[in-house]
Amino acid sequence: MMGEVPFVLDFSRVGFTERALVGGKVASLGELLRHGCRVPPGFAVTSFGYRRFLEANGLEDRLRQVLASVAPNDLESLERASQQITGMFLESRIPREVQGAIERGYEELSIRTQVSDPPVAVRSSALAEDSEQASFAGQQETYLWVRGAENVLDSVRRCWASAFTPRALSYRLTQGISLDDGVAVGVQQMVHPRAAGVLFTLSPRTGDRSLIVVEGSWGPGVAVVSGEVTPDEFTVNKVTLEIVHRKISPKTAQFVPTGSEGVLVKVPVPEDLQTKPCLCDEEVVELARLARHLEQVYGFPLDIEWAVAENEAFPHNLYLLQSRPETVWSRRPRSSIAANFKDPLSYVVQTLAGKALSR
Amino acid sequence: MTDALRFQSPFEVQTPPGCEGWTEMYPYYLLFSEDRRQEEENKLWFYNGMHAPEAVHPFDTIGFEAGYLGIGEMSSRMFAIPPAMGIDFRFLNGRLYISPTAVGDPKKIEERAKLFERRAGYYFQNWPQFYEEWREKVKREIEQLKAIRFPELPEVEDERLVFERKGYGTSQEVFEAYHRLLESIFRIWQIHMEIVMIGFAAYFTFYEFCKKAFPEISDQAITRMVGAIDVSMFRPNDELKRLAKRAVELGVDSHFRPGADVKEVFQVLEQTEAGRTWLEEWRRSSDPWFYMNTGDGFHHHHRAWVDDPGAVFGILCDYVAKVKRGESLERDIEGRRRDRDQITEGYRALLQTEEDRRAFDQLLGLVRNVYYSIEDHKFYVEHWYQSVFWNKVRELGALFVRQGFFRDVEDIFYLHWSEVHQALMDLLLSWTIGAPARGPVYWPPIIARRRELMRKLREWNPPPALGTVPEAVVDPAVVMLWGITPERLRAWLEPEKAEEKVLRGFAASPGVVEGPARVVLSVDQLHEVQEGEILVCSVTEPSWAPVFSRIRATVSDIGGMMSHAAIVAREYGIPAVLGTGSATKRIRTGQRIRVDGDAGTVTLLED
Repeated sequence: MMGEVPFVLDFSRVGFTERALVGGKVASLGELLRHGCRVPPGFAVTSFGYRRFLEANGLEDRLRQVLASVAPNDLESLERASQQITGMFLESRIPREVQGAIERGYEELSIRTQVSDPPVAVRSSALAEDSEQASFAGQQETYLWVRGAENVLDSVRRCWASAFTPRALSYRLTQGISLDDGVAVGVQQMVHPRAAGVLFTLSPRTGDRSLIVVEGSWGPGVAVVSGEVTPDEFTVNKVTLEIVHRKISPKTAQFVPTGSEGVLVKVPVPEDLQTKPCLCDEEVVELARLARHLEQVYGFPLDIEWAVAENEAFPHNLYLLQSRPETVWSRRPRSSIAANFKDPLSYVVQTLAGKALSR
Repeated sequence: MTDALRFQSPFEVQTPPGCEGWTEMYPYYLLFSEDRRQEEENKLWFYNGMHAPEAVHPFDTIGFEAGYLGIGEMSSRMFAIPPAMGIDFRFLNGRLYISPTAVGDPKKIEERAKLFERRAGYYFQNWPQFYEEWREKVKREIEQLKAIRFPELPEVEDERLVFERKGYGTSQEVFEAYHRLLESIFRIWQIHMEIVMIGFAAYFTFYEFCKKAFPEISDQAITRMVGAIDVSMFRPNDELKRLAKRAVELGVDSHFRPGADVKEVFQVLEQTEAGRTWLEEWRRSSDPWFYMNTGDGFHHHHRAWVDDPGAVFGILCDYVAKVKRGESLERDIEGRRRDRDQITEGYRALLQTEEDRRAFDQLLGLVRNVYYSIEDHKFYVEHWYQSVFWNKVRELGALFVRQGFFRDVEDIFYLHWSEVHQALMDLLLSWTIGAPARGPVYWPPIIARRRELMRKLREWNPPPALGTVPEAVVDPAVVMLWGITPERLRAWLEPEKAEEKVLRGFAASPGVVEGPARVVLSVDQLHEVQEGEILVCSVTEPSWAPVFSRIRATVSDIGGMMSHAAIVAREYGIPAVLGTGSATKRIRTGQRIRVDGDAGTVTLLED
């Protein structure tokens, strides 16, 4: 980055190289944009903004004091430290220059989306660790359907504090990750999803890399991620982009945002919609095409969150919300299936004899 | 093995009413019997509706005897395919059931592997050349078959025989001619299996490789990588298209009206110069391309197009209409080749190691060579040879008719070939001796009874499998051609739910369509198929290819990924779901169904 380090950066201006400033999650959203994917617009509150917050409130020394007494396996001390830090954070003021930058960012979002007080998701974006590990550590707090600058600022502060939940603390202590590492936060426009879910660029059942498996259900993706609903499952051939299998499940519930805070409430799905596929074929194929493209660019299998916006026309209704490396199958050792391959003939013989012998 | 999965025992299968005594039509060694009961009940027998979609006439068992002799010779004894001996077979209520014979002993498999490596290796290394020579060998066999004559039995021999001092007469010539006929068909089927069995072994290996690399890869994706693009099996249909174009060019297209009688049309064409030119071209295409029969060569009454042009006249009319509308009849060979190369490159790129990619390339190289032959060979033996063969048998049948043994040329097919042997000896003895034969009194009532039996057996619905499900199916041909795997067998065993609206089979050709079904139980009903219908049949024959230009999709009871129906469906770009086990029983003509050739499902949309 040239010049003065900004407190706020638009998604379109970041990529993996800005990871230390905006965190892994936001950096990957920026990358998605660079690779031509549709991502709901938003901006990052940078780790520089976070530091300024600490400085302005003299929080750094206080943090160090509290953390000095914490042991990773002592749950009580973790709890105590976490509460103290959260309290400190929520009492502190965001310095004027940072607050101004966030407010301007939010205002720009409002202009771009032509919505006053647009609902946004505010989530922390970890800096150091792989994002999936961070998410495992519960370090990635998310606030959905946040409206109004005041609420946005409050949520940003809560995200900063979320780096100090007992679980996050314990994780960072055991992993030897510096505790005064910064925190970045993403502020992103909410889409009104007709349907949403996850997809993998391999088969989660067998690790087959020639398949893309899309899982989805009605409404926001939380229904799928939380396991509250058995999602529809579409299996797509990665090579030909043909849908090779459709499993349509009765999707009995979905989440809807209610009230001004947009709290998600689980409601029953109308009966005639329950057994209808939540995606049409062209949407499935387009998602698969995007995912295949990203996997080729990144060079490893991906786990992607997606949403289909209501009231927008295909293909502009398809959004990617998050992309991270797939971990379950990708971490297994890559063993050659044709180990010691000599020539086709001996392989034919081995297969025929081996097949019979392994009964 | 106490809790082995079992289908109904062959010994529990009831004889259909009025079919008592059907066993007399088949030789003793091809029947389930008490003396082999224990062994027979412990094996798996599956209905080979792919090659024998109907009850088999007694004489037609010869094709299966020759075929399974050939399979056994090549698999067990010649190439020593490590895990597989031959394929056993039985007739039950006139239907053909077959059972792969596995090699159980691991030590024996090891020994066979060494033999196989040397022997099959010799073929694999020289495949394109050997296949070329193989084709020439088959053509020579067909020439020899055509040369067989059943001479008229004269009142006295021509004096030429006397003065040439040949030393034997026409009775001997007839006798030898029959023997040559038998030798010929048994020989051609060994030659047939010479390339086919090890061909399946190679294909099976590539299939296993792909399944290991991509555990959920569809069978279809594998065949699309291997895909034979332009083989002789498509040539007959291409010739029909050519003739359709010629008809328009010559200005004789007005005669090609659907429903017209083909004999009359040919007579009318004979009247004009242009018509005669067209007929001349028809005749040129006919030999050999219209030796294509309407089945798979194993039923004598599935006549070749050259013998019964009625079978394809309707299609010819369709093509003429298309040419007049300016539609292209060309197959997009280039497009298919591109498609194949793209898919291959796509899968190759997904392999994880350089070693795997090397293995993939080399196996694919072998399999593409081999697979081309497996597709291509079929025209030569199943169609060209078999069509000539059945007509040769009819020539012998005509001799029996002239000698008063049979009323009709076709009656000969109600005798097993060993019975024909006896009848021929009866005939020759009586002619030489000058005393009455017993045959003219002996055979007609037997033939009449058998005709009635065949009629009734036709209506019987054979269960897809009998006996005990094995833990593994190791015969490459059984997996690749018939699509028999333990998983499939288990699926067949699951009780069918009446309310279940979905049938499952092999996703053999991609695409999803809806439309009205047309259930075709035998070849004679093929002409009923209307434009835009979905063909539902026991087994789709490749020779039905022309009808594929009318239909939207096809569904069959029987058929695997390498079955020719799958190839033809992909060739025509229409969805296919094969091997459903019960489509012809569950679906009726006119019913709306949805065929999903990607998922391998058929959904019944209305009752």
